[in-house]
Amino acid sequence: MLSAASTTSTPAPRRINVVKRLFLSEYLVLGLCVVYFAVFTPFTPGFASWSNLQTILAYCLPILVVSVGLTLVLIVGGIDLSVTSIIALASVVGGKIMSADEGWLAGSAWAIPVGLFAMMAISAVVGAVNGAAITIGRIPAVIATLTTMMFVSGLAIWFTLSRKIGGLPSGFVMLGQNLWIVAAISGAAILLAHVALTKTLYGKWLYAIGHNPRAAIVSGVPVGRVTFFTYVFSGLFAGIAAILFTAGLETGNPEMARDNLLDVVGAVVIGGTSLYGGKGHVIGTVFGVLFLALVDNSLNLIGLNFYTIAMVKGGVILAAAFTDALRNRFMAGA
Amino acid sequence: MIEFVNIEKGFFGVKVLKGVSFAVKPGETVGLVGENGAGKSTLMNILGGNLQPDAGEMRLNGQPYTPRSPRDAEHARIAFIHQELNLFGNLSIAENLFIGGFPRSATWLPFIDRRKIRERTSELLRELQLPYGPDTLVERLSAGERQLVEIAKALAIDAKLIIFDEPTTSLTARETERLFAIMAKLRERGISMIYISHSLSDVLNLCDEIVVLRDGAVVGNAPASELPMERMIALMVGREITQLFPRRDTKPEEGIALDVRGVSQPSVARNITFQLRRGEVLGVAGLMGSGRSELARILFGLDPCAAGEIRLNGQLLNGLSPRERIQRGLAFLTEDRRMEGLCMEAAIADNAALVALPRFARGLFGFVSEKKSRAAVRNIREAVKLTPSARDAQPVKTLSGGNQQKVVLAKWLLNEPKVFIIDEPTRGIDVGAKHEVYRLINELAARGTGVLVISSEVEELIGICDRILVMRRGEIRDTVGASEFDRERILRAALHEGASV
Repeated sequence: MLSAASTTSTPAPRRINVVKRLFLSEYLVLGLCVVYFAVFTPFTPGFASWSNLQTILAYCLPILVVSVGLTLVLIVGGIDLSVTSIIALASVVGGKIMSADEGWLAGSAWAIPVGLFAMMAISAVVGAVNGAAITIGRIPAVIATLTTMMFVSGLAIWFTLSRKIGGLPSGFVMLGQNLWIVAAISGAAILLAHVALTKTLYGKWLYAIGHNPRAAIVSGVPVGRVTFFTYVFSGLFAGIAAILFTAGLETGNPEMARDNLLDVVGAVVIGGTSLYGGKGHVIGTVFGVLFLALVDNSLNLIGLNFYTIAMVKGGVILAAAFTDALRNRFMAGA
Repeated sequence: MIEFVNIEKGFFGVKVLKGVSFAVKPGETVGLVGENGAGKSTLMNILGGNLQPDAGEMRLNGQPYTPRSPRDAEHARIAFIHQELNLFGNLSIAENLFIGGFPRSATWLPFIDRRKIRERTSELLRELQLPYGPDTLVERLSAGERQLVEIAKALAIDAKLIIFDEPTTSLTARETERLFAIMAKLRERGISMIYISHSLSDVLNLCDEIVVLRDGAVVGNAPASELPMERMIALMVGREITQLFPRRDTKPEEGIALDVRGVSQPSVARNITFQLRRGEVLGVAGLMGSGRSELARILFGLDPCAAGEIRLNGQLLNGLSPRERIQRGLAFLTEDRRMEGLCMEAAIADNAALVALPRFARGLFGFVSEKKSRAAVRNIREAVKLTPSARDAQPVKTLSGGNQQKVVLAKWLLNEPKVFIIDEPTRGIDVGAKHEVYRLINELAARGTGVLVISSEVEELIGICDRILVMRRGEIRDTVGASEFDRERILRAALHEGASV
């Protein structure tokens, strides 16, 4: 009875807390996916069919791998606009090495291992250039990665004279066409990033730098080194995506993933990773990619054209960025 | 002038103000004191229209006053001089003064009447004896001069009530004197003022009335003459603190913890030589800009060191990064908590564990043992007496200044430093937390840690140090032992007047 007075006043704050927690939760986007799916299924012929779900998954997985790499970069307070151009470059490098038509190692048993290694290596190198420009050169991340994006896309086109490279070996193509293998590779990459982020020193340092780089330096965090390697990791994740895309489409293409940059950045932001640094989760990014894929796929099935879909997706991403800004202000005002 | 009647305000179910009532009479200066978290800033935010009260009302000259925005407060002729100044460094003084509403040359044209602005600005600057033209960029002014610009801004809107929120924290002794002289002038003009400060002696000297807030309620409201310092402190903390500076019984040991020889850096430090012994608390006094904070940054490896040697327990530190110096047992609490001390948005536990994290990590991939880190944080929380109501996962920015400072101390103590450099141990924190910080410094010394304390408050240094170095213009001008502590002598050496050169 004594507590009666105090309990009467609790419902109001608790309701605020529930709303607030839902608003800030990384599972909010998963909820949105479920709701979207439930609402659109009756109006969208074939949306819920098994083959369509497989299509969605096949589209999602490579995008997801790049997005996870970008998640690390956003958490450290940076941005990497060069990821899709890295995919294009790695794609043509792999093609040039492995192609049966024009590859340097055409037909050799070494073609696939050397090709895979070269794709990852070139991706890491571009990531390292980004990292060095940002940490040693102190160039703002937007400019550094925007210029590498231009340079690397140009390089990919120049390297192939703007042609696509076909005739990739079947052992390689399998990596991107067998959904189980694709899922295993992407799953491993995503799990690796998740564990690194939540369980290791590197992950804890990443968040600290994203929150306040100056305080991190004073606290003995190797800020330069951690930031540098984060861009290398971003490049490597783009490299894995390049393998999946190139194998899946059976071509080395200098314009590979060209239209996906905003999908990637948007998915990460929809997943709740903050553009202001210091906040974000791999799980959120998984849901973010899924959500954008559902929107994209369902609008395609309804028969909207590419440009209309781009407008809708742009609107969704803008809303997510706005939510991020709101969250930031909400937290600051509390 | 202004009257607060039963103002109440809560955030997310926590009551921050519980029926606050008091009045400021025309021409009166009221001191508002209280520990951090007592509700001072919330009350001032309500007065300034940034927040709306849940209940109660304000009356301005007898009329109800319900500001919905800072603009309303400005129209009501209420001005705020904040701790962190709200000026645009890249604009001129004149532009800053009139940013809220530029006078137009003609009512129907959107052009600014520059001549009028410049004339009015020059007039105000003369009045405040600020020797600059109206076109001077604000970024070229010192902290104290910027504050005068803020006051000029208040005069430009013809303010009848001016609120000073911790105006002296970033001012030198001279600038503080000048500020007080100007406040006396404002008072002669019949302007009412509310003065908020942790410096209780200033409050006693400047104010007619003193209002003491504790936990969102007014616990004392009396003329300054009837509220001596001890009484004020007792009201603020709700208990008597018999001694602000706890006694320490241990003496410095023989061994030298930090050996600094001939450290120099052009235009910052010249030939700095001193030895800090184990278990010693060594103070560094000096005015702002004397090189005291810069010296700390050089010792910690944040700024370059052109010449000289720095040794920690005999090991040479020169050329090592802050990270490597931390590994060798150095710790550094910076003067700016917000910018360099804490990740404000991050959790208490993450902040507290940050420095010692490598100790909890194992293996090639650096897997962090949550169990170990959580246990360590739990212990250190108790050691620094962090408020038990704060959860480990709570962002540090939700804490009061005193508790934030305890988190910074906790993160360094977790790494068991051999030498701890503390720059401004008690800036912007309340009396209770100050006492706690001094107690922790004593404990560190008792365990044989060498502590270097830099402070702009001479009383604080006299209260806790074994020895005090006095710096001026990048040089050590005097070294004073505990037996000969003398406020006058220290200030004189810091200010140059009459001291040996």
